[in-house]
Amino acid sequence: MSAPSENSPSAVRPPSSGADPSAFPGLTSAPGSNIRAVNDPFHGDLLEVSMGPHHPSTHGVFRMMVTLDGEVVVKLKPVFGYLHRNHEKLGENTTYLASMPYTDRLDYLCSMTNNWAYALAVEKLAGQPVPERAEYIRLILAELTRLLNHVCLAGFLLQDCGASGTPLMYAFREREKILDLFESLSGSRMMCNYQRFGGCRIDPSAEWLDRVRALVAGFPRFLDEFERLITGNEIMMARTPGVGCLSPKLAISAGITGPMLRAAGVDYDLRKVDGYGIYPRYKFRVPLGAHGDTYDRYMIRVLEMRESLGLLEQVMKDIPGGPIMDPKAKLRGLRPKAGEAYGRIEGPKGEIGFFLISDGSPNPYRYRVRPPSFVNLTVLEDLCLGHTIADAVIILGSIDIVLGEVDR
Amino acid sequence: MSATNDAFLETFPVTLRDAATNWLPAPWNWLAQGLIAVVAVLAIFGSLFAILTLVERKALGRVQNRPGPNRTGLPYTARLPWLKFTEGKIFGLGQPMADGIKMLTKEDIVPREADQVLHFIAPVAMLAMSLMTFAVIPFGRNLVPVELDASVLYFFAAGAATELAVFMAGWGSRNKFALLAAMRALAQLISYELPLILSFVPVVMIAGSLSTVGIVAAQSSWHWGFIPHWYVLTPWGFAGFLIFMVSALAESNRSPFDLPEAESELIAGHLTEYSGFKYALFFMAEYLGMTALSGMAVTLFLGGWNAPLPFLQFIPSYVWFAVKLLTLLMGFIWIRATLPRLRMDQLMHLSWKFLVPLCLVNLANTTVWHLTASLPLAVRWLLCAVIIVAPFTLIGRSLTKGVAPRTYRYAE
Repeated sequence: MSAPSENSPSAVRPPSSGADPSAFPGLTSAPGSNIRAVNDPFHGDLLEVSMGPHHPSTHGVFRMMVTLDGEVVVKLKPVFGYLHRNHEKLGENTTYLASMPYTDRLDYLCSMTNNWAYALAVEKLAGQPVPERAEYIRLILAELTRLLNHVCLAGFLLQDCGASGTPLMYAFREREKILDLFESLSGSRMMCNYQRFGGCRIDPSAEWLDRVRALVAGFPRFLDEFERLITGNEIMMARTPGVGCLSPKLAISAGITGPMLRAAGVDYDLRKVDGYGIYPRYKFRVPLGAHGDTYDRYMIRVLEMRESLGLLEQVMKDIPGGPIMDPKAKLRGLRPKAGEAYGRIEGPKGEIGFFLISDGSPNPYRYRVRPPSFVNLTVLEDLCLGHTIADAVIILGSIDIVLGEVDR
Repeated sequence: MSATNDAFLETFPVTLRDAATNWLPAPWNWLAQGLIAVVAVLAIFGSLFAILTLVERKALGRVQNRPGPNRTGLPYTARLPWLKFTEGKIFGLGQPMADGIKMLTKEDIVPREADQVLHFIAPVAMLAMSLMTFAVIPFGRNLVPVELDASVLYFFAAGAATELAVFMAGWGSRNKFALLAAMRALAQLISYELPLILSFVPVVMIAGSLSTVGIVAAQSSWHWGFIPHWYVLTPWGFAGFLIFMVSALAESNRSPFDLPEAESELIAGHLTEYSGFKYALFFMAEYLGMTALSGMAVTLFLGGWNAPLPFLQFIPSYVWFAVKLLTLLMGFIWIRATLPRLRMDQLMHLSWKFLVPLCLVNLANTTVWHLTASLPLAVRWLLCAVIIVAPFTLIGRSLTKGVAPRTYRYAE
């Protein structure tokens, strides 16, 4: 484990110390020790490789300009923007309500949490209360989204490790079940467009809630099966521990949030810190890693899924009746008073926040997204230096990015 | 052995060949027999390759909770009454044919900067070398295309030449990913050549022959009439078989050792710049190489074409060979469906720090087995098992020291 002081986000970045050799004396060499001077005549030239934007494991159209010494990464320049869609400017040129479907397209795996964060920002801006039942539905959907996102991450991470599809397909089977729930509730699998300012769009039926209960009851069995397949696997244990260590200091100063921050051992979960929604009423724990490496980032997500399931189990017991929408809520022609508001929630990838400035007109004066995976991606070079190109791929996989959100 | 030896099915391939060539004068007869063997190997293993791609995709699909290819049928099959229930899809059996047509009709793109000659030769050389290895595998009783005195050496020499083709492909493509893959492939294939060859040396020592036919013949009897004399059933043979199969996985670039064509890292590795028919040739060469290595494992360790029990000898020898071969190939597919990939340095560690030392211990082990021939079988077995299991455990422990699931703390 590298000392926190070793990878600090300074202008001239020292190569991170890489894997801890003592953690894996046999199967792992210490890649950090392989770094040599650039102009070493014996070892020849460095190789600059452009990984992406069309590369199988850059999770979309991300591009890494990697400088390699042999197979060891000595420089890595992330290039993004290939999926830039002018999201924020679009938000400033449309009404408040019209931006809601666009938020689905940010992180297209987690449209429910994106919706919630945006709705929260507008509700703060307009001083809009939310009925009790809607708060419960929002929590259920957010935790389901967390399950969906984390299970996809685990599958994709193992795909990046080279497992030929099996963990991914196992993960996608569960994802499909959650997407089916979303589809039957909102009409769309991924682009749900479900939350509204002051409530939700559609009231879930009792039958739908029973289906959620059944899913929550069956999910731990899948998690156990998945962990039996992968968690203790020797190759996984050789590949991921000690790879891409993120120190708590760098994590905090770079603004990392979400499971990646907690894997580095920092106790920061907006569900606890902000206590938004009805989270403070229920008991759940926040798993924390100690090493901040790829294995921790994987395991923290698995443990978070288990905590989410526990939380869902408690919440499903006491869902109140009542309206799902505040009767006084105004959707069309919403003109909040001049002012500004920042709404944030703990999305599956980290802090997803929306900052809005209103000038009293139907459109926001400023519409700004704080995308978690974009911020988390900024430390990619620090994590990858000194590791091989194979490790760079799984480090990228463990950061959990969605390009729709990174490029906006 | 007499009755089964002359059974119609057992001798059928040889009878057929003789009937077709016996009318020719002697020198032409030899040539024609050789050509028939070549054509037979090409036809049988060419179609096995096609079926294997389908079987692999189906098996992978089954492991992954999906049906696999099941749509592509063959024309007119829906009209046949006994195939009507398949609605013309016949379980996707037409898939290899569709794949073949697609590969053949695709544009062959050669990068402008590529070394045109190397880029062209690489797939041809790869396929040729993989096919050459089939020359010495005994597919059944009297069914060996070429009988050489040192056929095992020939097999591994020809198999090792494929490494050159992989390197040519990577180097000639003038692509950075392909170049990285070529370097990986060269390091990996040469490193695993060593345990691959050392793992079968015990077999050669005990059988006293370098000829595949001789090695199969040495495994053709039974202890007490029911325990076959296969080398895999001895402690040193079992260890050798396992090391051989692990090395064969690496030699044929199969998961979890598919580093040269690691999809998630190097796109397609040395195959990045290949398309169309050249890609198909590589693909075919890799499957044929895998088949050949499995065939060699069957020959060296699993008794070749011998039946497992004496009363099962009525089944023709080539059927037994095929059964064992397909079992090993299914093992390859199963492993691919299960395991993630190793990293390059870990791959090297596995070869040089684990497999090669174990191979050397196994050589000594075989010597002990040979010298203690006068002792009772159980004592020999126990002694040799200890000699190989103890180092296995010790080296394995030292390699995986510190590998343990972690415990995590929670913040309330």
